[in-house]
Parts: sequence; C-alpha cells; structure tokens
Amino acid sequence: MNYTEFLLWVRGPAFHFATAILVLGLTLRFLEMLFLGSPRQYAAVRSNGIAGGIRTVISRFAPPEPGVFQRSWFIIVAGYLFHLGFFISFFLFAPHIILLKSLLGVSWPGLPAPVINIITIISLFAMITLLINRWYYPVLRFLSDFEDYLSWTLAFLPLFTGYLAFHHIWLPYPLMLALHILSVEILMIVLPFTKLIHTFTFIIARWTNGARAAQKGVQV
Amino acid sequence: MTKQPTIGESLRSQGISRREFMKFCTTAASLMAISPALIPQLAKALENTPRQSVIWLSFQECTGCTESLTRSHAPNLESLIFNTISLDYHHTLQAASGEAAELARAEAMKANNGKYLLVVDGSIPLANPGYSTIAGMSNKDILLEVAQGAKAVIAVGTCAAFGGLPKAAPNPTGAVAVQDLITDKPIVNVPGCPPIPIVISSVIAHYVTFGVLPQLDGLKRPLSFFGQNIHDRCYRRPFYERGWFAESFDDEGAKQGWCLYKLGCKGPVTYNACAIFKWNDAVSFPIEAGHGCLGCSEPDFWDAGGFYQALSVPLTGTATAVSYAMVGGAALGVVGGLLNRQKKSEAKQHHEVVSIADLKRT
Amino acid sequence: MSAATFARGYQALKENIDISIAAYFQSCVHCGMCADACLFYTETNDPKYTPIHKLAPLRKVWEQEYTLLGRLKVWLGLAQPLKDEELAEWKEYIYDSCTLCGRCSMVCPVGNDLVYMIRKAREGMAAAGHAPAGLIGATTRAIQIGSPMGLKWLALQTQIKHVENDTGLTIPIDQVGAEFLVLMSAMEIINFPEYLAAVAKIMKHVGKTWTISTEAFEATNSGIQIGASDIAKELVSRIVKAAEKLQVKTVISPECGHAYMAIRWEGPNLMGRYFKFQVKHILEVLDEFRDQGKLKTDGIFETARLTYHDPCQIARRGGVIEQPRNLLKLIARNFVEMADHGKMNWCCGGGGGVSAIDEAHELRTKVFNRKKNQLQELKVEKLVTACANCRIIIEEGFEAYQMELPIIGLTEMVAEHLVEK
Repeated sequence: MNYTEFLLWVRGPAFHFATAILVLGLTLRFLEMLFLGSPRQYAAVRSNGIAGGIRTVISRFAPPEPGVFQRSWFIIVAGYLFHLGFFISFFLFAPHIILLKSLLGVSWPGLPAPVINIITIISLFAMITLLINRWYYPVLRFLSDFEDYLSWTLAFLPLFTGYLAFHHIWLPYPLMLALHILSVEILMIVLPFTKLIHTFTFIIARWTNGARAAQKGVQV
Repeated sequence: MTKQPTIGESLRSQGISRREFMKFCTTAASLMAISPALIPQLAKALENTPRQSVIWLSFQECTGCTESLTRSHAPNLESLIFNTISLDYHHTLQAASGEAAELARAEAMKANNGKYLLVVDGSIPLANPGYSTIAGMSNKDILLEVAQGAKAVIAVGTCAAFGGLPKAAPNPTGAVAVQDLITDKPIVNVPGCPPIPIVISSVIAHYVTFGVLPQLDGLKRPLSFFGQNIHDRCYRRPFYERGWFAESFDDEGAKQGWCLYKLGCKGPVTYNACAIFKWNDAVSFPIEAGHGCLGCSEPDFWDAGGFYQALSVPLTGTATAVSYAMVGGAALGVVGGLLNRQKKSEAKQHHEVVSIADLKRT
Repeated sequence: MSAATFARGYQALKENIDISIAAYFQSCVHCGMCADACLFYTETNDPKYTPIHKLAPLRKVWEQEYTLLGRLKVWLGLAQPLKDEELAEWKEYIYDSCTLCGRCSMVCPVGNDLVYMIRKAREGMAAAGHAPAGLIGATTRAIQIGSPMGLKWLALQTQIKHVENDTGLTIPIDQVGAEFLVLMSAMEIINFPEYLAAVAKIMKHVGKTWTISTEAFEATNSGIQIGASDIAKELVSRIVKAAEKLQVKTVISPECGHAYMAIRWEGPNLMGRYFKFQVKHILEVLDEFRDQGKLKTDGIFETARLTYHDPCQIARRGGVIEQPRNLLKLIARNFVEMADHGKMNWCCGGGGGVSAIDEAHELRTKVFNRKKNQLQELKVEKLVTACANCRIIIEEGFEAYQMELPIIGLTEMVAEHLVEK
C-alpha cells in the first residue's frame, strides 16, 4: 500500500467505518442510558427546572467563582486552554470547515493558518502539562486509570499529528495527513465507549443537576 | 555496426559550441542538485561518453508523454539530450516501420546488451494480452524481453510509473505499472501526466555522467524533482495561510488568484516540480492558469477522491454508513435499553421493604 | 426475621440507577476538582476522600449491569463484579467522610451531581448492612420511639411546660385547622428549647394560628441520612398524616438542615404523591412575614460583628439563601459574609448523619478546621445559623479547637428583636 492508497483508505472506508461506529456507539449508549428512566418529582417545585437546566448547561462553560478558581486554578486554566484549542483548531481551521460542510452542509468562516498554528501549540502544551499534573498531583495520580491515559493519548494525537502534517515534519505530507485523519478516526471509534463520551453526556449531566437544583430554587 | 560517436562529437557535429555545452552542464547539475564542483566531471563524462543507446517502448498510452518531450522549445536542454542519445527504437519517432523497426530493436539489444536504457511509457494490460500488442507480441512479453538486457528502466509518465489512467477503476484492461512486472532492474519513475520534459533528460544526463541512477524517493522518483510538494512551492500559498479561498471558479476569489484548496487542488499531496519549472517554456502551470492541481504525478490520481473535492473531504459513502449505523445503533440501543429497563424493574419488583430490623446482618 | 444481605444491597444499587447517574459516570473525566471542593480532602490532603472515588462501587454496578460493554467485560472475565468486602471498605467513604453537603456538585465541570449519587449509594449500603452503627441506632430509635435521640412526647411536653412558664405564652397542641404545623428537631427539644419559645413569640406577634402535633413533632429523618427510603417514608408519613389530620395549610420545618430536605424535597417523592399542604422552612415563613410587613422590630440593632453559617441542606440543597440575609438586615448592622457563603458555603462537618457516627468523630473534628479558619479570617464576634445540628457541631468544634464564639439560631435572634405587643 503506497501513501496515496493509505490516504484514500483513511478518507474513504476507514472514515466511513469510524463515523458509523461513532454514530452507532452514541445511539446505543444514549438509548441504553435513556431507558433507565428518571424518578418523578412530586415536591412542589420553585421552578419547573427547564430554564435552570439550560442555564447550568451553559453556565458551567464559564469560569467558576473565585473561591473555587483559587483552589483548582491549574486544572481550570489548562483544561480551558486544551479544550478551547482543540475546538478552535477543529472547528475554525479551513480544511476542517470544508470537511464539516461536506458532512453537515453548513459552513462558517475560519481563522488564518498561523493563528490555528499558535492555538494548536498552546493546546498541545496545555495537554502536556495536564498529563504531568496527572502524574504528580496526588489526587489525580490516585484517581487515574488506564482509560484516563488512553483518553489523553487519543485526544492528543489528532492535535499532534495535525501539527506535524501542517509543518511537514517527520513524514511526507500525504502520509502524515493520513495518520492525522486516522488518529481522528481512532478517536471517533473509541469515543462512545470511554469517558471521552463526556463530549456529549455532559449536557445531560449538567442538565439534570441544574434542573433539580433550579426546582429547589438554587442556581448551580 | 559502426562505433557510436561520443556525445561531444555529436554535439560539435551539430554546431553546438563548447560554451553552450558547458551552460547545459551547469544547468543540469543544478537541477539534479549536484555539487558545482562536479560540473567539470559532468562535462567530461558527457563529452567522452558514447551516445547512450535507448530503447523506448510504448504500451497503453496516449503519446502525451512523447508529445511533452518533443514539443519542448528548441534549442533547449531536452533536445540537446535527445540529440545526444541514440534512440534506437521509438514507435512515434522512428523512421523505420514493420519488420525493419523490430530488427532495429533486436540489433540494438544485441549490440548494447546489458548497457542500454529502457524507457517505457504506458501501462501494461494483464487482463487480456490482446488489448495491446506490438508486432504480434503482448506488451508484457516485449517488456520482459527488452528489460532483460537493460541496464536500467525509466518509467516515463504516470501510466508507466503507477498504472495511470488505464488502471483507473474499474481497470478494464488489468493495467499494471512497469515496477509491478520488473523487479530485478533499477527503475526510475518519472510520473506526471505528462511528466516535465526536463526531468527525463536530467535523469539520463545523470546516468550517463555517474553511471548510476539519481537519488530516489519512496516511489522511486528522482528526489531532486519530486522532493517537494506543489503546495509548498505554490505562489498562492500565502492565501492558504490567510484562509482566503476561491469558492468557485468564477468568483471574486478566483479572479484575485486566491488558494484553490476548496476547489479540490491536490497540491498539498502532490510531489512534483511544476510550481518551480512550470510548463511551456516556463510560462505557466495549472494552478497559475486557475485550476487546482490534479495530483497527476501521484499513484492512483484518477481515483483519489475527485478532482473538485477538497482534500479534507471524506470520500462519498459517509451518509450511507451513517444511516446504517443509526439503524444498527438504534436497534442495539433499544435492545440494550429494554434489557436495562427490565433489569431495573425486576430489581424494583424484588425490592424487600427495609425495616429497622433489616439494617444489620444476622 | 429478615436481615441485611449483600444481595439486597446490590439490588438496591441496581434499583436506584437512573439516567442522570449513567450520564454522570460517563461524563467524569477524573479532573479532581471535586476533591478541591470537599472539606474531607482539603483538610486532610488524603486523595482517598475525593468525592468521585466514594462512588466507585455504584459505578461498578452501573457499568456492569447497565452497559453493553460492561456486561461484555464481566462475561470475558475482564472485570470483577462488586464484592461485599468492597462495600464494607467503602463505608468510610460513603458515610464517615461525606456530609452530603453537595459542594462537589457545584464545581464539577461536566455538571455531575455527586451528592445525589452518594445518597443512592447509601441505599445500597444500608440494605447490605454496611451502615454505621450510630446511624442504625438513631434510625431504630426514630422508628421505635419517635425520635433519633430517643425522645418521647413526654420530653417535649416537659419542655413545652417550661417554655410556657418562662414566656407566659400558650403552646397550642393538636389544634385542628391551625394555619401552621410546627415541627421540632430532637436537638432543639433537648438543647435549644429557645427555638420553641421564639416561634411562640413570633406567631403571637404576627397573629397566626399554629399548633404542635403530639403524633408528629419530630422533623428529622434518619431514614434519609442512613439511606433507607422505606424507613424515611415511614417517618415522613407520620408528619403527612398529622398535617392532614390537623388540616394545616403549612408545615414548618425547624432549624435543621436535613429535616427540611427530608420533608420539603424528599417527602412527596417518598410518599409518591403531591402534598395537600405546603412545607416551608421557618426562615422562609419568617421572611414572608417580613415581606408582608408583619415583623415589627424594636429598632435595637445587633451591633456585634456577626456572620451567618449556611446549613448545606437549607441553602445549597434547599434553596433558602436570601431569606436569612433579608432577616439579618432587618436586625443586624454589622453582618458580614464569609468568603464562601450561600450556595458555596463550607459544611460544618457533621451533616448527612456524620454527627451520629462515633467512629467519624475524629475525622469530622479535623475537617472542622475549615469552618474554624473561615470564621477566624472574618474575625466575627457572633455566629448565626439556622440548624441545630450545625450549631452543636460548631460548638463541639470550638471546644476542640479552643475557640470562643457565641452561636445563636436566627429564629431566636429575630424573636428577640420584635416589639413586645
């Protein structure tokens, strides 16, 4: 298999397979979860909780209040940089926008490549510090299991291979590009079956927490 | 058979001055990334080497490669080299025909056994030998026969190098590349549809000078010409960096000469020297003419996901895969979900009321 | 006679897993922020007290029972099913080192409501027989005697007599048709009868009818704390029956955090039906009186520098946050807030039944350090709160750390400042 064939394979069958597993996995896991049902609320609520649920889904994107920030500042800052970098480089890099347009039919303006480049570097750096933190911070070392390191690796590789491909480092561009796409495909395949699924389930998590609290009249 | 004149003799007999010859050697050296210190060696080698015998075989091809080589502007490096080799057999160019032509081939093979260069353009059909024959011989047979006594093989054009258009899906003739059949001889691929003329003359010059083939990449292409991709040397690259893309062939971006990535340009994955040497006496090249690179010097470029599909776009089939996956996921999910529901309600049904007597173990 | 078994505990865990719990476990990325929000971690620096770690057994049940992949793992022998020993080991995490304060649920970036899960995990622990002896004792007394501290109506009756003698007010008992049914917590009956006096004074001041029930005077609910819904339901049903029998409009939950949560928020769910009456915390009622202009203060303000300790179940998990502040503004000039207050307050360390667990005494004294530091930073002269349990824990904490600071219940303080009519 030469690199053109490899690139075609990752852009074709492998991509279709990965997308299929992603969709299948997400559908499966969401149904599996939704069939578990929710207990009914009989208490006289202070609000129906819908607005509160939505508010929490959105408000936990914002930095927490100073008291919480002070205690967890490192994970918050590095976490933000990584997530923002990941999503900016994913959603605002021109070639990715074209890809998403071909899949979703909608398009939006992107950022210049040098900006994406800097953001990717920041994101990669943030990820590395997060990994080091996971090794050295006792709580995280205590909590971390294989899945945590796997998730880290699978999130790191697309950024890293994308960076290498963009700069033509190490391997010929078509091969690096193919590896980059492949790394994303592995991420897509594994995502529904690991904690990476938080990309989607956080909405339900925040929603239920926020809605229940809002029913009691507390904004969380 | 009379002794072949040396290249030097041949050039002088055509009235080409020493000065012009040295100029050629300098250019050829720079193209092949040979150290300037070796230019005298190059000149000396070319001067004293007998004209290299070349046998040129054409299989499933369109003669575009030959056109490209012969249409070059005279007097230039390509014609220089072509005048300095002994092209003993070439369908399109030879004067002889019929049995005389085949005899010339046989004679050249015999006289220069183990020393001649074999140049091939076109792919070889394996599905049925009758698809392409020469003097009653199948392409495969003639290739194997000629290759046996060749010093090296140069596959000119993408068809010979990688199968090219004939090999495009569904490949009705079972076309294969030269390297699929010849494994025991040094092979240089000079792909392109057509290839840049100067590349082949430089490869021959290099071979004549040093007696070895130039340094090659993983696809056996001369690194000095195929070492960089079109995208990296493209004059439109700054627009890519800035994110300024032509969205259609007639929009304002296209008129302003913005990047053609979104219109399917394969520059980023194509290794060739078009952006450097350009075509038609360095007048222009496809991207400069307003069309994206097709990636013609890469294997399988006909089937590489559509000429007008951006490189980052997946090949068609995603929607089908997604629809199957949704059905499959929904089916599995409903089954899994129902099992969960059943399990949970069973747990509830079997719930034994916990009284204060039940808080401790017996 | 039936008894607790591992199988019953496992069954209970299975029963209690719902959509939100599945979403929480799937969403957790082990960021560790819940540890920073938990005083059992911040005051001990021991990673084992990280809130999400306390849920490992529940996670196992969810994964192995309710996910395809988890079932596959068990089937292939790649994962070990939950063991009784694990539950026994986790008793320290699920009971001793969690006050159900819910601070972790506030900071989780993916939005996990961890304390919701701890409560479900306790259901399994209780049914499996791994509840702490202290809580089992309290729960048994609540069911058998009527109060977790073993108080009978007679004890309250005695206190009522004292209060009536001291204040000259009448405490209405079993008055059908009264507007309010006033509940008490056992600790108030024993330690803070001032509360009853204050309520009597305020009710007279605002001219409302109220009553105490001889059948349901105890507001606290050990069933909730231990995690036995069936028992919690029985305890709640006593109040519901009494409230319906006396045809009151509103049941007033006393100055007790868990009592409020149990009757106001969990009660209807335990009963599986809507209540015909309202349930309010005493501070809510007082704030409504204030809002209606019914509270006439004597104009003498508290001048001491004071702060308010939010009981977790009343503020963060109960939604009564503004009311105490409104009331304090009415009567205090020098009210200051702790750095983390309201819905972000720090627990006293004794909530969620922890105060009833003997073996947790040392740990909760250690983590009281948080509250101690908060108060010392603020340099206050008085502490106001609205939970008898918090009050006792804080007093014990002061004693352990050799601190001197008067504590008072807010209801009592409000009553002190009302014009004598």
